[in-house]
Amino acid sequence: MFPTGPGGRAKLSRTLTEEREERCVGRQVPLRLHALSATAAAAFKGREATRSPLSRSLDAPRRSVLGRAVLPDGRELTASTRMTLREQLRGKISAAFYRHGLLCASYPVPIILFTSASILTCCYPLLRLPLPGTGPVEFTTGVRDYSVPSHEPQGDLGERPDWYQGPPVAYIQQVLVKAAVSPWDSGLVPVDVFRSPLGRAFGLLEEIRNHVYSDSSGTRSLESLCLQVTDLLPGLRRMQSVLPEHGCLLVSPGNYWQNQRERFDSDPDLLRTIQKHEPKGLHTSATLRDLLFGVPGKYTGVSHYNRKRVVTYTITVVLSSYDAGFLGSLRSRLRQLHPSANCSLRDDHMVHVHFKEEIGVAELVPLVTTYIILFAYIYFSTRKIDMVKSKWGLALAAVVTVLSSLLMSVGLCTLFGLTPTLNGGEIFPYLVVVIGLENVLVLTKSVVSTPVDLEVKLRIAQGLSNESWSIMKNMATELCIILIGYFTLVPAIQEFCLFAVVGLVSDFFLQMFFFTTVLSIDIRRMELADLNRRLPAEAGLLPAKPGPLRPREAPPPPRPSPHTITLQTPAFRNLRLPKRLRVVYFLARTRLAQRIIMAGTVIWIGILVYTDPAGIRTYLAAQVSEQSPLGDPGGGGLPPHLGVAPVFRGGDPTGTLDIHAAPDATPVPENQSQGHDAAANRAGSAIAQAPPPVPQITWGAEDEEGWRRLSFRHWPSLFSYYNLTLAKRYISILPVIPVTVHVSPQEALDTRHPQDTRHPPPPPIPKVSVDLQTDLTLYKVAALGLAAGVLLVLLLFCLYRVLCPRNYGQNGVAHGRRRRGDLPCDDYGYSPPVSEISPLLLRGHSMDIECLASDGMLLASCCLAGQIRVWDAQTGDCLTVIPKSGFRRNSCSSGGGCWEQRDGVGGASSAAHESDCFEAGGGPSPPCDGLSEEEKWEGEGQGGPPLRRRPATLRPTLFTDQPDLTPLIDTNFTSQPPSHLGTPPRLGFDFGGLVERAYMEHEPPSPSAYPSPSSASSSPPSGAGPLQRRPSLGEAAAPHSQDRASAGPGGAAKADWESSVWAMELRGNLIAAGRSSGKLELWDAVEGSLRCCNDDGASGITALAFLNNRIVAARLNGSLDFFTVEINKPLCLLQYRGGPARSNAAPSTCYSSEDVISCQLTRSVQCAHQKPITVLRAAAGRVVTGSQDHTVRIYRLEDSCCLFTLQGHSGGITAIYIDQTMVLASGGQDGAICLWDVLTGSRVSHVYGHRGDVTSLVCTTSCVISSGLDDLICIWDRSTGIKLYSIQQEVGCGASLGVISESLLVTGGQGCVSFWDLNYGDLLQTVYLGQSSDGQGVRQLLVLDNAAIVCDFGSELSLVYVPSVLEKLD
Amino acid sequence: MADQRPRPLQGPYISVMTNRTTNLLARGAMLFSVGVFLALVLNLLQVQRNVTLFPPDVLSSIFSSAWWVAPCCGTASAVIGLLYPCIDRRLGEPHKFKREWSSVMRCVAVFVGINHASAKVDFANNVQLSLTLAALSVGLWWTFDRSRSGFGLGVTIALLATLATQLLVHNGVFQYTSPDFLYIRSWLPCIFFAGVITMGNIGRQLALYEYKLIQEKSHQD
Repeated sequence: MFPTGPGGRAKLSRTLTEEREERCVGRQVPLRLHALSATAAAAFKGREATRSPLSRSLDAPRRSVLGRAVLPDGRELTASTRMTLREQLRGKISAAFYRHGLLCASYPVPIILFTSASILTCCYPLLRLPLPGTGPVEFTTGVRDYSVPSHEPQGDLGERPDWYQGPPVAYIQQVLVKAAVSPWDSGLVPVDVFRSPLGRAFGLLEEIRNHVYSDSSGTRSLESLCLQVTDLLPGLRRMQSVLPEHGCLLVSPGNYWQNQRERFDSDPDLLRTIQKHEPKGLHTSATLRDLLFGVPGKYTGVSHYNRKRVVTYTITVVLSSYDAGFLGSLRSRLRQLHPSANCSLRDDHMVHVHFKEEIGVAELVPLVTTYIILFAYIYFSTRKIDMVKSKWGLALAAVVTVLSSLLMSVGLCTLFGLTPTLNGGEIFPYLVVVIGLENVLVLTKSVVSTPVDLEVKLRIAQGLSNESWSIMKNMATELCIILIGYFTLVPAIQEFCLFAVVGLVSDFFLQMFFFTTVLSIDIRRMELADLNRRLPAEAGLLPAKPGPLRPREAPPPPRPSPHTITLQTPAFRNLRLPKRLRVVYFLARTRLAQRIIMAGTVIWIGILVYTDPAGIRTYLAAQVSEQSPLGDPGGGGLPPHLGVAPVFRGGDPTGTLDIHAAPDATPVPENQSQGHDAAANRAGSAIAQAPPPVPQITWGAEDEEGWRRLSFRHWPSLFSYYNLTLAKRYISILPVIPVTVHVSPQEALDTRHPQDTRHPPPPPIPKVSVDLQTDLTLYKVAALGLAAGVLLVLLLFCLYRVLCPRNYGQNGVAHGRRRRGDLPCDDYGYSPPVSEISPLLLRGHSMDIECLASDGMLLASCCLAGQIRVWDAQTGDCLTVIPKSGFRRNSCSSGGGCWEQRDGVGGASSAAHESDCFEAGGGPSPPCDGLSEEEKWEGEGQGGPPLRRRPATLRPTLFTDQPDLTPLIDTNFTSQPPSHLGTPPRLGFDFGGLVERAYMEHEPPSPSAYPSPSSASSSPPSGAGPLQRRPSLGEAAAPHSQDRASAGPGGAAKADWESSVWAMELRGNLIAAGRSSGKLELWDAVEGSLRCCNDDGASGITALAFLNNRIVAARLNGSLDFFTVEINKPLCLLQYRGGPARSNAAPSTCYSSEDVISCQLTRSVQCAHQKPITVLRAAAGRVVTGSQDHTVRIYRLEDSCCLFTLQGHSGGITAIYIDQTMVLASGGQDGAICLWDVLTGSRVSHVYGHRGDVTSLVCTTSCVISSGLDDLICIWDRSTGIKLYSIQQEVGCGASLGVISESLLVTGGQGCVSFWDLNYGDLLQTVYLGQSSDGQGVRQLLVLDNAAIVCDFGSELSLVYVPSVLEKLD
Repeated sequence: MADQRPRPLQGPYISVMTNRTTNLLARGAMLFSVGVFLALVLNLLQVQRNVTLFPPDVLSSIFSSAWWVAPCCGTASAVIGLLYPCIDRRLGEPHKFKREWSSVMRCVAVFVGINHASAKVDFANNVQLSLTLAALSVGLWWTFDRSRSGFGLGVTIALLATLATQLLVHNGVFQYTSPDFLYIRSWLPCIFFAGVITMGNIGRQLALYEYKLIQEKSHQD
């Protein structure tokens, strides 16, 4: 009865006119500001309190109108003169925030893009930072004036870092050797690339070891200067053989062979020896190979696929003291021995590298603790985010906001020249905590608490401006505190504060732009979801997303009836699953295990591929670097056939050119066996004619500080092998000594191990044809790349399928997350198989249904037009129609009377009547054996009660073999648009199909002498109908006056057609209708005849109660009338008629249709209440009335005696519930619910549950369920009055309630009914009643005995069966 | 709502009583464990600075030689954590300021951060250290507590605890490794104060939680 509909409708329509809103918003701002600054909270509350659906829908336009009126600028001025500076500031701030909120909500995507771009920009400088934690710090000094720094800090050297004190742990002198077999001979095998160059290392080692420098101060050798090491760590037995254990710490590739040339020479497979010490798996820190070679593994060139044919390695000498003279002489000596022609490496700088302390367990524990606290903080903070679409999404956004603000802060600080010296990982939690998530949460809360029906951008803007002041205040406070911290003058704290300040500012920026936008998107999603739920059209019924995600191949099944209920199988529906099952369902739903396994597999494969030493990566890299013309700027390895060769030939001819040079210079047999001496010699002679062998070895800037390419843990791990820690200490790295070694092919051949020619993998250069070979490699690369690409695509596809299983195994019913609110059977989104049934729509009323009554078997409804229809509650057939107008009696007095004779059959004399009937009106209805007028008059003349307009009819057994077509007869002429006089009659009713169906359902009609009903009935629509009806209409041309006159003695009993039905009750076969004129009418539900009428009272009947044989009517003036229905058996009539009652009469009748029914006023309580009675309920022999005068009264039904007057409400009574157990619950406009003991009249409990009226109350044996105007359904414990829980419904829902069983609650919504599990408050099911999307609210809802529910749906009734409950009842 | 509901007083009252004692115990146990944990962790921090209150050789001896330190801290924190809500109740002014777990977590984090700073940051001199720590502690109180009772209790307990520590040192139960007597004394009260505020915060939050729990339980009865 509450106008819930318009709100929803208005909302829907409002979303369309965005543009207009935009304009309104602009004007609205100043007004809103004023309200905010003055009494923000109060105004807000007031809005909340007074919002009713109707006013809400008008809200926005009205406000805008006001804004227009108020806006003229004088307003602002006068206000500002009164305002203090603080208020002005406040107003300005909230205005800015409001505008900003509008901006963010209007352009979410560009803003997010912009924010991401700025985050990335600000984080860019971070790339240059070493990894946080233990990244080393460097300091460079010149070599010439180097002196060991003293221990005392020297204040004058500003640029000198504070760690640069005292001598370093060690000096590192690297001798960088680049060696190549030059010129390259085509007869050489790949192993030759590195065997002899590596072999040169031994000679160099000897040279270095034996180098002695003597000057005036004495003689110094390496032994005296180098870092003496004693023992390896005990845990490193494995490396004992390769790392020096005693004496100088001098590492080189020679260590693999214990620095013995003999071992090297006798090693059949060098690569295996090197590979032997490599750790398996993923390694990030320095490996042994890196340690010994001194350059990263991929730069060494020690592999079979080395196209550059240059081997690079270092001999690393670790010195404990610095002696410039010795090092200088060593450098010059090595240069002299191995001149590097084009080497221009600078050698005037030494780099000191300071290593941070390592994190040990003792430090790890506090660190981990702080991180745990941090996570707890984040958890508890984000837990408070509520009322949004995606809680997790917003929490993630909040965390992202804070984290990226920190990153931005560090990045910005780095950009402006501050190098972070604090341990990032250590201070990070504190930074997060200082910056905090509070603002984000406050924002969310504020936005969420804005009225839901506002437009999204308005909500965002309003929420922002509501909290703007507090946000700014907090921000200023924090900035102040941090700035105070900045003046502590402790460097570490200052740095921290600097980061925190910048972080705060950037966090504010991100909150304003990033988080607000994300929030607006989220809110918009929620609104869309709400709209979706509110639309009962196809959107809600076909699987949630009929669009892109629906599998195409499935043709839409025979379109399901638009009002499909899906109800879960009862096993799932009422089951609260145990925890382990929930876990299982969770796993099943998210497919967690599969995903984890999948991801793990992918990672594993990736690791395998990556770490495979001879794997596809190196092979591919080698291939590509060879083939790509841009692969290497050095260009030394470029094969000549790419056409670039001539360029190089002149400028920088390399050894590899000989491949090319050989064929055209001298006809060398190309398929020569490898390793053949003769071939080699011949090749050598060919080389001799070739251009002078200029070494291909080049020195670039990258060689100058080659150690930079090593892992930053290279030196710490080298020293840690000898139990030396570099933590908090530094080493000095001296400039490298470049050494260029050219090995002649002859030497390479000489040093070759016999197995080298046997064992090496097939050389990748087939010597058959160069072109063919390159083509082949190209093809290979292409094929491999293609395969890899296909594999990648397949993998991605699989991943996608795994990660997005939206449609996975879904069968018509979507159970994605969006539908979770609509179709959950449990909390976990797991959707068990569903069974579908359809609600039955009972159509017929032309206007909205006003009253609804049922006694379980029959269902009576009355619409605003005054038409009463009686339906079979089981089948939904319309049994009777009681139209409103006098039209009925027109036709009754005319020959068309047989139209409305429902089921009366003329008995023995029916034959004559029948013929009469056919003659008179040609009535088309087959059982047109109604009574003629004579009979009626006869009946009245027989002294029947004066109330009766027509005598009861008989039901002969004459036509028992005929189906009972009475339910099909529609005498409702008024439901059609009234076709007035003169207007051509409309096409007739199509009875054909209807009757045919009835016959089909009945046994097949016997080909008897009776006129075939189908022919008789189906003929009228084909054209005869209108003609036949015309006479009746024609006769009705003199309509009402004559009609009234002819009513004769029945005039007093005339039904009151003018007034509308306000209340209706149905018991047995009798419909009691209370009219606005104060008349009480009793209708026969089956026959549709007026049985009795009482118009003793003049005031309109607002409520009726029909219990046993008593009717209680509450009137508008507050009086209460008790009527008694008496049933007299008219014996004479029975004798006269003689026929027994029809076999299939309504079973629930307690009186037959022959009875004379009278209704007498037994008592009238004139002043039952001071004000109109709003609610009237009767049960258990009591009548309870609730009134506007805040009281509830209990009457005894038998003697109409008022037992109690219950006072306790502070508002008018709006809802009352009483049942057989004598429990009385009442709810009032004050939002209070009282429970009373009917026997004693005492109040059992009194609770306040709703803001606004209580609209409906229902009790079960254990709880009381109430719904209020605030769209809340509260469930109270019946015995204690404690609220168990409440359900927030959508706006405009929830006026009607019904309890089907102890645990099943049904509520009406906008075009739908929802089923709830009472025990847990879970939404079980939402059933959409129709496809009209106008959101007709369900205002009345009746629960029938057969576990069906009936609710009104606009002008239709809807009958919904709840099958599972049926099973339960069985 | 509660007063208007007539309900049998006997059963639920007793259950509430028993509940209260068990709740008290549970709260005490929780506070105790938190205190022990924080003491261990913060001791580790101090150990790294070599200003520990008991002889170093840390990781091996932290659980053996100074075994009584952590339980002492735990007991103290339990007492403090129970004392705070009790005093609030006695004073009749329920503490309303920032009653959320997130805020409590923030407080704990700041407390650990203060310890961290005192252990890791190199201060120029002791005055600077103690001043900074004092400012941080007061800032902690202002940010998370802002109650006069809390401040008073914190100051009192901090002074008492410092006195007790000094007495212990004086009696030779243990001694500082660092001879800087003044140094130790300067930072100890601030740390104690911050710790008291933190534990009081936790205790209040726990009490609030338990109170809610009792209410709900009685509702369900």
